[in-house]
Amino acid sequence: MKICKDKTMSLKDAVRKYVAAGCHMSIGGFTVSRNPMAAVYEIIRQGIYNIHLYAHSNGQGVDELIGAGCVSRLEIAYAGSGRFAPTCIRFKKAVQSGDIVVEDYSNYQMTLRFLAGAMGVPFLPTRSSLGTDIMAKWGFSAKMRAEDPRLPDQKLTVMDNPFGSWGDAPKLVLVPAINCDVTLIHAQKADREGTVRMEGLVFSDIEQVKSAKHVIVTCEELVEPDDLKANPDQNQIPSFCVDAVVHVPGGAYPTACYRYYDYDPGYLNEYRRYAEDDMLYKKYLEEFIHGLKDHQALLDKAGKDRLDMIRADQRTGYAVGLDRR
Amino acid sequence: MDYTLKELMTIAAAREIRDGDIVFCGTGISMLAAMAAKNISAPNSVIFFETGAIDSLLEEVPLAVSDSRVMFGTSVNGNLADAFATMQNRITGPHVVGIMGAAQIDKYGNLNSTTIGDYFSPKVRFSGSGGACDVASFVGRTITFMQHEKRKFVQKLDYITSPGWLDGPDGRKKAGLPDGGPASVVTNMATMGFDETTKEMFLTGFFPGITPQQILDNMGFEIDVSRAKEVAPPTAYELQILREKCDPQRLILG
Repeated sequence: MKICKDKTMSLKDAVRKYVAAGCHMSIGGFTVSRNPMAAVYEIIRQGIYNIHLYAHSNGQGVDELIGAGCVSRLEIAYAGSGRFAPTCIRFKKAVQSGDIVVEDYSNYQMTLRFLAGAMGVPFLPTRSSLGTDIMAKWGFSAKMRAEDPRLPDQKLTVMDNPFGSWGDAPKLVLVPAINCDVTLIHAQKADREGTVRMEGLVFSDIEQVKSAKHVIVTCEELVEPDDLKANPDQNQIPSFCVDAVVHVPGGAYPTACYRYYDYDPGYLNEYRRYAEDDMLYKKYLEEFIHGLKDHQALLDKAGKDRLDMIRADQRTGYAVGLDRR
Repeated sequence: MDYTLKELMTIAAAREIRDGDIVFCGTGISMLAAMAAKNISAPNSVIFFETGAIDSLLEEVPLAVSDSRVMFGTSVNGNLADAFATMQNRITGPHVVGIMGAAQIDKYGNLNSTTIGDYFSPKVRFSGSGGACDVASFVGRTITFMQHEKRKFVQKLDYITSPGWLDGPDGRKKAGLPDGGPASVVTNMATMGFDETTKEMFLTGFFPGITPQQILDNMGFEIDVSRAKEVAPPTAYELQILREKCDPQRLILG
C-alpha cells in the first residue's frame, strides 16, 4: 500500500526496493497466461534467494523462479504449464530432490487464503478437501510452524458448524489467511497513480494484490488517470493498493497477455528441452536471463518475426491459427 | 469406420454428458469431450473453466484453462473465487459435471494427482490438485479419464488428492462432504460406473476388440464385470463433428 501521485519507476528499482531475500511473495497470472515474467526474470537477475512463494496455479513464473534457485519454500495448488509441461519440470526436480519444501492446497483454498488476507480475517471456511490428504499431510511440520512466527500453527483445520444444522454443512475446513510482503502482477493497463485495468480473466490477481503489503504492477500500457476514469467499471484495483507501476510492454512474455499477444509455443517448447537437463538448464539461465540486460533484450532476442506471429488478433484476443505444436 | 482410441475415449466420455449439464473441464481430452458433447448430444450444456470463463466459444482448442482461447466469446469472464463458488453453491453445484484425470484411482473413485511414493520424499511428483480436489468435493457428478494400467488402478492411493466415495457408501457423509461423487471412469479400454449401493467401481462397457478379462488383467483390484456391454463405436456423425469442428488441428487428438 502507498498513496502518491506518481509511482512509476524502473523494474530494476522496483524489485530492488520491494523484493528481498527471505520475503513472502506471490505472483499473478495462471499457468501460461499473464505471469509477470519480466519481474520474475529481474528477480533472478538480481539473485534474490530464499523466497517463500505462494501460488494457486502459476506455471511458467513459478518454474523459472524455482529453476534459478530463488525459492526455498512453496505453498501451491498446481504447478503445470498446460500442454507445454503438464507438471512443471524444474518444480518436479526440485521437489523430488528435496531442494524446496512444498505444501499442497487446492486452487479454491489458495484463492480463499488470499481473500481472507484481503478481507482482514484470519481464516475462511470451505467444504473442499474433507477426507483427503490435503487435510492430513502437512508439508511444513508442526515444529517448523511453531518456530516460524510467519507460519500459522496449523495447515488446515476442521470445525463443526457453529450454527448447528443451519446451511446443511456439519463440518467445515478453515483455511488460514495469506498476507505476503510483496505481490507482483502484470496487467494490460495502469496509470502512474496505480489504478489497474486487467482484461479477460483476472484469475485471483485482485485478492492477491489486496492481501499484500507491497505490490508491483507491470503493464503493457501506461495510460493517463483520466483514460481509466472514463470507464471506471472496467478497473479492478484502486491506486492505494499499489506501490510501484512499471511500464513493460511484453512483460508477460513468453506467457500470454489477452488482447495483446499469445503465449510463445516456440519458447515454451524450447524451455522444456532446457529444463529437462540440468546442464542445459544452466545454459538457459545464462543465455536467456543473466546474459541479457533487461526484458526488452529478451524480446529483441525473440525477434520481430516471432513477436509478429504471436500478436493478438483484434477480434479474438489471441493469435488465430498460430502453430502451437 | 476407422477411428483412433483417443477418438473413441473422447466420444465415450461425451456421451456421459447430459443436455443441460454445467460442464467443468480441465485441459486436453476433457476439454475435447465437453466440446464434442456440446456439438453432438448436449447443445444446452454450458462449458466452464475454473479460471472463471463461462460458455466459451472455443473456436480453437485451448492448451491450458488460462489460455486466451477460453476468454473469447464467453458470456461472463469471472475469476477463480467465482468459479469454485459456482460448484460449492447448493443451487448450481449439483448441476455441475466435472471431468477429471489422475495418476492413480482406487475402487471408490478417489484420485491421486500429487505424488507417487512417500509425500515427503516422492519418487515422482505431479502437478498437484489445482482445482481437482475442489471439484471432486463439491459437484453433482464426476467423469474421470484414466490410462488402463495396473499401476494406476491401485488398492491404495499413495496420496488422496481428490475425494471420490472415500471408504464406501457412508464415506462422504462421515467426512462432511456434500452429496454427489464419481459417476464414471473412461479409459483406453473400457467405461466404468459405481454401484449404487456399495459405491464400488464396476465395468459398464468394454471397447470393441477388448475382453473383460483383458481389462481385469490391467487393474490392481477386482471389479464386477457381469453388467458390462460392448461400447458402441463412434458414429460417422460423431467422428465428423469431433474431427472437423472440435479439433481440426488435431492438437489433442494427435
